[in-house]
Amino acid sequence: MTETTGKTGAAAQFEELPDAPPRRRLQLSWTGKLGVCVVVFWAAIVVAGPTIAPYHEADILDEALFVVPGSDNPYPDTDYQPPSRVVYLGSDYLGRDTLSRTLFGARTTIGISLASTLLAYLVGVTLGIAAAVGGATLDTVLSRINDAFLSMPTIMLGLVVIAAIGSTIPILIMLTGLIYATSVFRIARALGLDVMVSDFVEAARVRGEGLWWIITREILPNVAMPMATDFGLRFVYVILFISSLSFLGLGVQPPQSDWGSMVRENLSGLPYGSIAPLVPALAIATLTIAINLIVDDVSAHAGGKLARRMI
Amino acid sequence: MLLHAMLRRIAVGIATLLVVSVLIFIGTSVLPGDVANIILGQMATPESLAALRAKLGLDQPAHVRYFFWLGNLMTGDLGVSKAGSGFGTIGTPISEMLVPRMWNTIRLAGVVAAVAVPLSMALGLLAAMYPGTRLDRIVTFTTLGLISVPEFLVATFLVLVVAVYLGWLPATAYMSGNETGWQLVKALAMPTLTLVIVASSQIMRMTRATVLNVMSSPYIEMAILKGVPRQRIILRHALFNAIGPIVNVVALNLAYLVSGVVIVETIFAYPGLAKLMIDAVQTRDLPLVQACAMIFCATYIVLIFIADMASILSNPRLRHPK
Repeated sequence: MTETTGKTGAAAQFEELPDAPPRRRLQLSWTGKLGVCVVVFWAAIVVAGPTIAPYHEADILDEALFVVPGSDNPYPDTDYQPPSRVVYLGSDYLGRDTLSRTLFGARTTIGISLASTLLAYLVGVTLGIAAAVGGATLDTVLSRINDAFLSMPTIMLGLVVIAAIGSTIPILIMLTGLIYATSVFRIARALGLDVMVSDFVEAARVRGEGLWWIITREILPNVAMPMATDFGLRFVYVILFISSLSFLGLGVQPPQSDWGSMVRENLSGLPYGSIAPLVPALAIATLTIAINLIVDDVSAHAGGKLARRMI
Repeated sequence: MLLHAMLRRIAVGIATLLVVSVLIFIGTSVLPGDVANIILGQMATPESLAALRAKLGLDQPAHVRYFFWLGNLMTGDLGVSKAGSGFGTIGTPISEMLVPRMWNTIRLAGVVAAVAVPLSMALGLLAAMYPGTRLDRIVTFTTLGLISVPEFLVATFLVLVVAVYLGWLPATAYMSGNETGWQLVKALAMPTLTLVIVASSQIMRMTRATVLNVMSSPYIEMAILKGVPRQRIILRHALFNAIGPIVNVVALNLAYLVSGVVIVETIFAYPGLAKLMIDAVQTRDLPLVQACAMIFCATYIVLIFIADMASILSNPRLRHPK
C-alpha cells in the first residue's frame, strides 16, 4: 500500500532510466477497500478505545443504574442485561458493560497479537536469512531444530509451556512470537535461498560486495513484498491463537478484558439470549476476515505465487 | 526404491518423535517445582520431599530421568498424576485416567472424519467441476469465512442457532461416559457438527484447488480438444491424478483436528483427552500434561507421515526418484 511513498534519492534516479520497469500501482477491489476500512476502524479503537469507553473494563455496574422502564423499580439482576441506554451493548455475566470491555479488549487482543507477530518476524527473518546466506552447516542445524518445533501442533506447544511457567502477558507474547517464528523462518529461508542463487547476487559477489551489503541491498528488498503479505496472514493466525488460548482460560487473565476470554466467560449467557458473547466474537471475526480480504488483494497483485508457499 | 523411501520417512518420523519427547520433557521438567513438590504441596518438609524424590527417581540427573521417563512411556507406564494424591498415596496412575478419555476422543474424531471427509470431498469436487457458477462461489465464500474465524466462534454460533433459537439440542454435552443409543447421539451431535464444519471447509478449499490445478495441465487440455465430455474428464482423468494430493490434504486436515478437538471438547464439556489435558494445565499437573501432549504430538506426527506417504505413493516421480 505504500507504493508511492519511500521513493528516496537513489530509487527516484533509477526510475528515470529508460529500461526501468513501470511501477504497478496496487489496485484494491471493493472487498479489499472494505477490509482496509474495517482494519482502520479497529486501529482507531486501539488508540482511542479506553478514552471513549463509557465505563472502565473492570467496573461492575451499580444496580441503581438499571431501572425498569416506566417505573422506579430496579431490575433484580445486573448481569446479562439486554442493550439499553445505560449499557449500549448489554452487560456481561458480572454486570460489566460489554461495550466498554470490547473497546478495552481491542487494545489487549490486538496489542498482544501485534507484539507477538513482530517478535516472530524479528526472530524468524533474522534466522531465516542467516540460514539462507550462512552456508550448508548453519542451514542444516537451524532447519532441523525448526522442523522439530514445527512438528508439534502450535496449541500443544503453547499448553505445555503455559502448564510449566504460567500465563502472564510478557510470557504470552514471547511464547506466541517464538511459536510463529518457526513458520516465518521457513518462508524467509525459502525466499532468501531463491534470491541467493539469482544472477544479480552473483554479479554483486563478482563485484566484490560484502555479505552485509548483499543482505541489505539485494536480499531484503527482494523478499520484502512477499513477507509483507505473509505478515498479514501470520497476524490473523496469531490473533486466532491468542484468542483460543484466552478462550481456554489460559491466555489473558481476568479482570483484564480480551476478546477470546470475553466469549468464554459469557458463554453461559447464550441460552438466555444475551448478546454478551456475540459482541467480542463478531469483533474477532470482522478483524480477521478484513485482514484476509486485504491479503487476498495484495497477493493477487504480487502475482499469486505466494499462496502456494504459505501453508 | 519405494521401500527405501518409505524406510527413510519412517526413520525421520521416529527421530522427530524422539526430539518432540525431549522438548516436552525439557518444557515441563527443568523448571522449578518438581512433581514431589506438587504432590506434597503444603505438607512438604525437607525429609518427606527427599524421600518422595528418591521414590520417584527425581534425585537422578535430568538426562537419566529423561531415559527413565521414555522407557516407562514405551512400556505403557505413564507415571502418576497429581490427582488423588494425599497422605500415603502418590496419586492415580495416568494410564487408568487416559484410557476412557482416549476412547471418547477417538469416537468423536472417528465420527467427524466419517462425515466430514466424504462430504467435503464431494462439495469440493462439485465446486471444481463447475468453477465460476453460483454453487462454486457459495462454497468459496463460505469456506473462506469459516477458515478465518476461530473454532470457538463457529461453536458459539452453532449453539446460538441450534440450541437457543431452534431448541433442538442441549447447549452442553455433559456425558457420564455410559450413554447408549439416542442419548449418545444427542451428546455427540453438537461437538461433531462443529468439528465437521471446521474440518470440511479446509478440505473443501484444498480439494477444489487441487482439482483445478490438475485441470490446467496439458493432458486435460488435450482431452477437452478431443471433445471428451466434462464429467468424464473430471471423473476419469482429473480425479485419478488428484487422488494423491487429496489424500494428502485429508490427512493433513485430520492432523489439524488435534487443535480443533482441544477447543471443542472444552466448549461442550466433552470428557475427552483434550479436556483432560486442559484441566491438567490449569491445575499444573505436569506428568499428566506430558502424557497427553505426547499422545497428541504422536498422533499428529503419524497423520503427517501418512500424508507424506500418500503423496509419495501417488506420484510416480517421487516413487522413483532419480
